[in-house]
Amino acid sequence: MKNNMKIKISIEINGKDFEIEALPETRLVDLLRNDLKLTGTKEGCGEGECGACTVILNGAAVNSCIILCGQLKTGDRLITIEGLSDGDKLSAIQDAFVKNGGVQCGICTPGMIMVAYALLEKNGSPTRFEIAEAIAGNLCRCTGYTKIIDSIECASAAMNGGKR
Amino acid sequence: MVDKCVGESLTRRDALDKVRGAAKYVDDIDLPGMWHGAVVRTQIPHGKIKDVKLDPAFPWDEVCVADARDIPGRNCVAIIEEDLPLIITDEFKHIGEAVLLIAAPTREMALRARDHVKVSCRKLEPVLTIEDAKAMRSKIRGADNIFFKYKIECGDASKAIKKADLIVEGRYEVGHQEHAYIEPNGIIAAPRDGGGIEIVGSLQCPFYISKAMAILMNLPEDKISVRQATVGGAFGGKEDYPSLLAGYAAVLARKANRPVKIIYERDEDMSVTTKRHPAVVVHRSGVKRDGTILGMEISVEMEAGAYSTLTAVVLSRGLIHATGPYRCENVLANAVAYATNTPPNGAFRGFGAPQTIFAIERHMDRIALALGISPLEIRRKNMFKLGDVTSTGQRLTESVGATKCLDAVIASSDYKKRIVEIAKHNKSSQIKRGLGLSLYWHGAAFTGSGEAKIKAKAGLRLDPDGVIRLLVAATEMGQGAHTVLVQIVADAMGVGFSHIGVETPDTALVPNSGPTVASRTTLVVGSVLDKCARKMKAALQEFIGSEDSLPDDKLSNIVKRYLKERGPLTIVEQFQLPPNIVWDELNHKGDAYPGYSWGADVAEVEVDMTTLDVSMKKIWVACDIGRAINPKLVEGQIEGGTLQSVGYGAMESVIWNDGRLVTNRFQNYIIPTSLDAPEIETIIVEEPFSIGPFGAKGLGELPMNGGAPAIANAIAHATGLDPCSLPVTPEKLLKEMRISGNEK
Repeated sequence: MKNNMKIKISIEINGKDFEIEALPETRLVDLLRNDLKLTGTKEGCGEGECGACTVILNGAAVNSCIILCGQLKTGDRLITIEGLSDGDKLSAIQDAFVKNGGVQCGICTPGMIMVAYALLEKNGSPTRFEIAEAIAGNLCRCTGYTKIIDSIECASAAMNGGKR
Repeated sequence: MVDKCVGESLTRRDALDKVRGAAKYVDDIDLPGMWHGAVVRTQIPHGKIKDVKLDPAFPWDEVCVADARDIPGRNCVAIIEEDLPLIITDEFKHIGEAVLLIAAPTREMALRARDHVKVSCRKLEPVLTIEDAKAMRSKIRGADNIFFKYKIECGDASKAIKKADLIVEGRYEVGHQEHAYIEPNGIIAAPRDGGGIEIVGSLQCPFYISKAMAILMNLPEDKISVRQATVGGAFGGKEDYPSLLAGYAAVLARKANRPVKIIYERDEDMSVTTKRHPAVVVHRSGVKRDGTILGMEISVEMEAGAYSTLTAVVLSRGLIHATGPYRCENVLANAVAYATNTPPNGAFRGFGAPQTIFAIERHMDRIALALGISPLEIRRKNMFKLGDVTSTGQRLTESVGATKCLDAVIASSDYKKRIVEIAKHNKSSQIKRGLGLSLYWHGAAFTGSGEAKIKAKAGLRLDPDGVIRLLVAATEMGQGAHTVLVQIVADAMGVGFSHIGVETPDTALVPNSGPTVASRTTLVVGSVLDKCARKMKAALQEFIGSEDSLPDDKLSNIVKRYLKERGPLTIVEQFQLPPNIVWDELNHKGDAYPGYSWGADVAEVEVDMTTLDVSMKKIWVACDIGRAINPKLVEGQIEGGTLQSVGYGAMESVIWNDGRLVTNRFQNYIIPTSLDAPEIETIIVEEPFSIGPFGAKGLGELPMNGGAPAIANAIAHATGLDPCSLPVTPEKLLKEMRISGNEK
């Protein structure tokens, strides 16, 4: 028998409070894209392999396509790609991707930027290898990863005030 | 003085929206009243439909169901031939063909409806390999299961080989490769008043789709508008396939009388869309002791899949590139494409060349080994130089950067010193190191008379906002075309980059500049735009009554004033293939391409001889692309294409079981991650090409030809084994060790 009971939770998305009503089996990526019209988070595989759907949940980078609304609870804090820029003003990471050729087709870009965000919150000056490890769960078919790693390295330098 | 654009790594325009998550890919687009589509598909590789039953337990009155009877025009998706049906009514030839189309208010409901359809069929014998096709296990194309056959012949190969000091033979096999664009295929079709149709999607070639829709939907082309959304990767996988997907969406949209969106699930996309053609390439070469190649006999067999689609051109390009970038006066090369009961194979970056270049590059190393000379020496001995003639009889009269590319990677990798160091290291380590070389070429633009047939048209239009807009069908799919073409126009007009924009590639708004394929966009479309730009500059100079450079700070107002005083201005030009480029399609003789780009790679690997795990450490890549319009974007293409080629060489295995794709998700079709990727060092070489804008020629596909053979050669060097089949996996290395009795 199908359970049609929706859950009701209050969560914070990009600094704003949201009252969410959703079926527990609704995937977080669908809540974001379909219900909240936050289409910056992308879906590439639906099984947590490609990382295009990466968002930050309570400080950790997660694949939103394999998180169900039933796993969320009141008080959870989400950050999506939309939360990183303020109108036309880009965050340091986004600016670094633009300036360093880290973007080609762009479909992996929001996910990559979110992972970079989570990484740089924890480790302000990662080595190239540490960056490669952090983004190993995000597939890119266009760039060969070189300029994505360059971009994240550049972002960390900028965020450290130009010091490495 | 305005800063020059060509040669500058200007920031690409679309990066801003992409990093903000604001760029709209097809699945980000919603239209009022839009429904979602799903496709009911065949589940065995060869058979005939007996019946299609809709399970009465499902509320069918809440969805829209369409079959072949709902096709307004002809039930065929025109690509080159017209052998591809949109919806199956009787005989079907691969798993995944469409039997029924469903549109529903939600995607979830459409997929649920799909699962409530039962298709029963009568099994027919399937042809699943080239061997099956040859054995005529079933007749699925003509009398012999052969789609196409070509031959290249010059001199007398058989006679030349008889005079050789040594004959070296080799058999090289490559499997399929899946594009694995991170954005799956997706299309929205919306009916327009008056019977027209509007299509937006993830696609490379808007005019291919409008041509196919005209036949399918029985509409004149001016009632069809096809445009790209932001495209999340394509690599050839969205060249012809979207015509099929657009057909499904259009038929549903027409029947449901509302917009219909179809977005493929990942396993669906991998299972039913096109892949790189598998191939078996056999070489028999006669060589002198000093390494000179006297004669080459080459046989190329490709697996086409069930319908012809683009196979004719893939086979042709593969054959033309099969000798590699080497001089040989006596060549006999045959190519055949066989039909099989698998989804049609299609365009994938390189388009036949990666397959045959892997073969010749592996073969060159094996010739070198047999002669006791180095892989470097054998290439230097035979590689093309300016003035040489190819196997089709084309004289290379300009822009041959092969030697410069080879010199560059040999120097950058410190190749000769490294070979000595590696030999010493390998003596006492279970982790063997290896260095591999590849030398390659890629003909820019369409083969032979292709460009003469396309008659590419591109234009420039003055717009009311003071911007001069490009009118091109060339799509932006990440490669940077919409930035590079703008740079060309800006410099040709002598104005700043900010004055030039790009109209959406929409068939209703732009002329047909041809498909975004074949490494032709910068070269062909760019050169047409260059012509337009010079004319536009002259028109504006005439308007302001000055022969001086256009005043950059006033340009926007000049444009607005022109429109106010003189009305609209659009300049359209057409590509002229230089008349000295002559190709005989039937005999595969003459100038196969207007020009060639060149490349050389050195790859370093480490192989743990206990586990046969291969670690790809670094790859040096030098590419001669004539002129780097935007160096950073050029590097991006070289880095991305090289990694895709490295994946093809050592990681990506496409596995089938009775005609069904087993490796149909990222979980089991393994493409390189950031931890698999070698460090990539890129060297841009520029040997200007007179036909290209500012000297530029083709780039997009070139790097795809070099990575796999360099890696395979490096693995051979490290292990002492002889890998002749891609991908070179630990399992294959182990099998070879066991066969040669080398397992410890």
